[in-house]
Amino acid sequence: MQVTLKILRFDPAKDKKPHWETYQVEAEPWDRVLDLLHKVKWYQDGSLAFRRSCGHGICGSDAMLINGRNRLACKTLVKDLGSVITVEPIRGLPVEKDLIVDMEPFFAAYRAVKPYLINDEPPPQRERLQSPEERARFDQGTKCILCASCTTSCPVFWVNGTYIGPAAIVQAHRFIFDSRDRGKRERFKALASGSGVWRCRTAYNCTEACPREIPVTQLIEEVKREILFDHF
Amino acid sequence: MAIKSKRYQEARLEASTNLELYWWVFMRISGLVLVFLLIGHMWMNAVLVDLNSIDYEYVAKRLSQTTWKVYDWLILALALLHGGNGLRYVLDDWVRDPAKRFWTKVVVYGLLAFLFFLGSLSLFNHDFGVN
Ligand code: HEM
Ligand code: SF4
Ligand code: FES
Repeated sequence: MQVTLKILRFDPAKDKKPHWETYQVEAEPWDRVLDLLHKVKWYQDGSLAFRRSCGHGICGSDAMLINGRNRLACKTLVKDLGSVITVEPIRGLPVEKDLIVDMEPFFAAYRAVKPYLINDEPPPQRERLQSPEERARFDQGTKCILCASCTTSCPVFWVNGTYIGPAAIVQAHRFIFDSRDRGKRERFKALASGSGVWRCRTAYNCTEACPREIPVTQLIEEVKREILFDHF
Repeated sequence: MAIKSKRYQEARLEASTNLELYWWVFMRISGLVLVFLLIGHMWMNAVLVDLNSIDYEYVAKRLSQTTWKVYDWLILALALLHGGNGLRYVLDDWVRDPAKRFWTKVVVYGLLAFLFFLGSLSLFNHDFGVN
């Protein structure tokens, strides 16, 4: 089938503002959007810039705004989109070139919640044991691939970039509810501040955007509750 | 490592206080209290009496009683605080330009303070001429 592919392009060396370019691409219905981008880059216009690595929905590097929704280009099939497809960079982060954005603010928020196990107690002889139930408590957060689909779909994040964003909260949830972790108060410093979880207005965009089907809004609410009951 | 703040305002946002937690709790509690206050208010002024028969005399008689002064003042205070903080949420979410956001807030807070002042004054400092 013939696909009309519209890409929002921006070259910092030449352009003042992003502009749309249209490409006609021959595609199979089971092709992924990533395949279309490859076809453009390899056979039509080598200057097109985008990120991708694994090509299989695991590395989280190719989140884009595809037909108005944040998705992974490598997990989105042409047959689910139709013959006119629009691709834009994810929103709320500075565009560097074409579909590549500066991820640093996103990862700064990630680092702010200390996404690693914190436990100063002397380690036991063998391991810090955990029951299957305790492991299941934070299972959903472990599926996150840090693609930024959720954070860059959030209207509160778009406003002034000071909201810590859903992805960082999901990552914090992963450790706050880990029975081996003792660092939740440290994480609360970033999470309970004016730029933390209380900025969330439960818009649910994050939950709809997550390619890993993590119930992001629910995890955010659980973190809110944990802060609340820790305080009162 | 924390988020790098480049401006005073960002640094203030990052400074860890529990203020936003208190507002979050307040919104829920005041919302719940408002449900009952407003149902009561409408019940007494629209169901028990005919809405069209409400005149100055009726209002003056009611507002001369301390119970209704306090009741109405609670609605006034809670609705202004709840609605005002709700508007702050909306402005923080939607007005991108920091200068515009600041001045919109100045106007909104000013208006709210004026309404609160006016309402409190007419509840407690007005002689309704009823004994
Ligand atoms: C009748 C009972 C009411 C209940 C149960 C209620 C409940 C709530 C709650 C829980 C929130 C917080 C939402 C959030 O954190 O995202 C909220 C927000 C808000 N409330 Fe109320 N409320 C009530 C009455 C009122 C009244 C009388 C006003 C106006 C004076 C008002 C104006 C607002 C506004 C402007 C917001 C912010 C909306 C937003 O965040 O998008 N509410 N309300
Ligand atoms: S929670 Fe989902 S959408 Fe957000 S960064 Fe992780 S995988 Fe991506
Ligand atoms: S290329 Fe790795 S997630 Fe799409």
